[in-house]
Amino acid sequence: MAMSETLAKKFGYTEKVMDHFKNPRNVGVMEDADVTSKVGSVACGDLIKLYLKFDPDRDQIKDIKFESYGCAANIATSSMMTEMVKGKTIDEARKVTFKDISDTLGGLPRIKLHCAVLSRQGLETAFLKYEAKRGRVKIDEPFVNKILRGVLDPVQGVDIISAKILQGTKVQGKKITLDLKAKPESELAKSLAEDVQDAFEGLDVELDLKFKE
Amino acid sequence: MREWGGHWRICCAVKGQVLTLPRAPPGRFNLPQSVAPEEQEREIVYLDNAETTRLDPAVLDLVQKFMVDKYGVPAGEFGYKLEEEAGEAIERARETIAKKIDASPEEVIFTSGGTESNNIAIFGAARSNYYKGKRLITSRIEHTSILRIIDKLTTQGFEKTLLDVDRQGFVNLNGLKTSLENARLVSVQHANQEIGTLQDIAAIGEIARNSGVLFHCDAVQSFGKEKIDVQAMKVDLLSMSSHLIHGPKGVGALYVRDGVKLEPILEGDDREKGLRPGTPNVAGIAGFAKAVELLTGDDAVRMRRLRDELIESLSAIPDSRLNGPRGERRLCNNVNVSFRYVEGEAILMHLDLKRLVVNTGSACYSQKLEPSHVIRAIGGTLEESHSSTRLSLSKWTTRQDLAYATETVKQVVDTLRAQSPLARRAHEKK
Repeated sequence: MAMSETLAKKFGYTEKVMDHFKNPRNVGVMEDADVTSKVGSVACGDLIKLYLKFDPDRDQIKDIKFESYGCAANIATSSMMTEMVKGKTIDEARKVTFKDISDTLGGLPRIKLHCAVLSRQGLETAFLKYEAKRGRVKIDEPFVNKILRGVLDPVQGVDIISAKILQGTKVQGKKITLDLKAKPESELAKSLAEDVQDAFEGLDVELDLKFKE
Repeated sequence: MREWGGHWRICCAVKGQVLTLPRAPPGRFNLPQSVAPEEQEREIVYLDNAETTRLDPAVLDLVQKFMVDKYGVPAGEFGYKLEEEAGEAIERARETIAKKIDASPEEVIFTSGGTESNNIAIFGAARSNYYKGKRLITSRIEHTSILRIIDKLTTQGFEKTLLDVDRQGFVNLNGLKTSLENARLVSVQHANQEIGTLQDIAAIGEIARNSGVLFHCDAVQSFGKEKIDVQAMKVDLLSMSSHLIHGPKGVGALYVRDGVKLEPILEGDDREKGLRPGTPNVAGIAGFAKAVELLTGDDAVRMRRLRDELIESLSAIPDSRLNGPRGERRLCNNVNVSFRYVEGEAILMHLDLKRLVVNTGSACYSQKLEPSHVIRAIGGTLEESHSSTRLSLSKWTTRQDLAYATETVKQVVDTLRAQSPLARRAHEKK
């Protein structure tokens, strides 16, 4: 057997994963999106940006696109996720779990499962932002924390709440104050600042990030 | 195994044309019995020769001779013919390796490879009652085996100092000079496995020797390709490997300067000065020496020229960055480039589908999901380590191989950038 395509086997990528990696569905930018969401981080090597357009009467996903900076599993899970939720209402789409995405791809290697988690988180972040924009949910502390589930600690590769980097959240009107555990001006702080700003992109809020070691 | 007669040439389809490229010299290779039509289109272009190389056919002939016909092992004084032939082969090989590094044959022992050589040298020096210091000094960009051996020893009463390196990967010599107190051993590699930096071993050897500290050099990547002179470089211990120069896998060597006292880490017989007991890998050792003889200075000159051409052509890709130095202080067969806005595992996966084999320092590619410690140590960003792509040449790499590699890497980087939000954002900012 020739050596080519054995890399996919080495990683344990299924044919379906490779198909979506080679020919990603719904990839690209959407100029007139109702809402965007960006989750993950450059530092982690794992980041996606989603663009969604809704039918406002039915809360139905009319169109969805994604862009990716990440590995083959990142691209494949995002592609599969968009295919699975396109045309669904928000309520229906919320029933799709990260495991469903992985299963529909024929499974993912264990160390790549987080890619499915990330694409599912991207979707949830987009829904939250859409609901906030439509005034259906209040931008309060629980809301902010849900958005921050999409921001990753590059060192541990888990969200900044699980990684205990987020030490405090305060919301006063439009102002969101976050206490973050990272050395001010460090590479980590800069990377976190960028990712947090991006996470709230498109929402009418002011961010105040306080870094402390 | 099927014989493959005639000159070994392969066909490949490039943009509809069929080219015939000269490849490896004639030899015996296993041909796939049946391959799918799409797999017949193109031979693999293998540019991962820092990981391992293909066996030289002439080495295979010799290895086979010692495995099939002359299968004895050297024994006592009164050996029969097979034993004598094996013993002579090993001693001839020892002379070949010794000559290559300006050592005496008695100073070379054969091992199972670079990792074992590193273990015998460093554990051996650390456990020897002959030496007193408790500090082990190494650099941040060493091969994992060195870093793990030294980490292990820190749990056994030793302290470690990790020397910083500069943006090109060169060890900070002042840092070395100021950390010599209570030192037992300095271990610094000759060539870096990822970015090809060639350290100033003679300068490091001079500093270590003047302070009476043992100096081990991991020369696994450079041995056979770059000039090594253990006298001029003032090295006490030097690790070498066979499989990176078209020799068999599972064999290497360790230079142990006359007078250096190592505590054996393996117990057995007295073979290889008691440092590597057990039945010797006669065929492997003979093949190793043959591979050394077959790799010439001309090969290194040609690889260096091709390496520079590849560096130029890949650097022409926008938003790319060469990792490691240029010129004479870079290993002759190493190229390592980071491409912004894209991730290395995805690059590798696409290249693999196009039958180009390279390597990456991406966290996603490592089973531990950790980015390259080398790119991080030279001050590269996490993004630069995730996209660092290593292309390493062999003595058989052709200009056509590199033209294909350049074109393919360019295509793949373009494809992934077209999907990347980072690339789009950077583009919009411009």
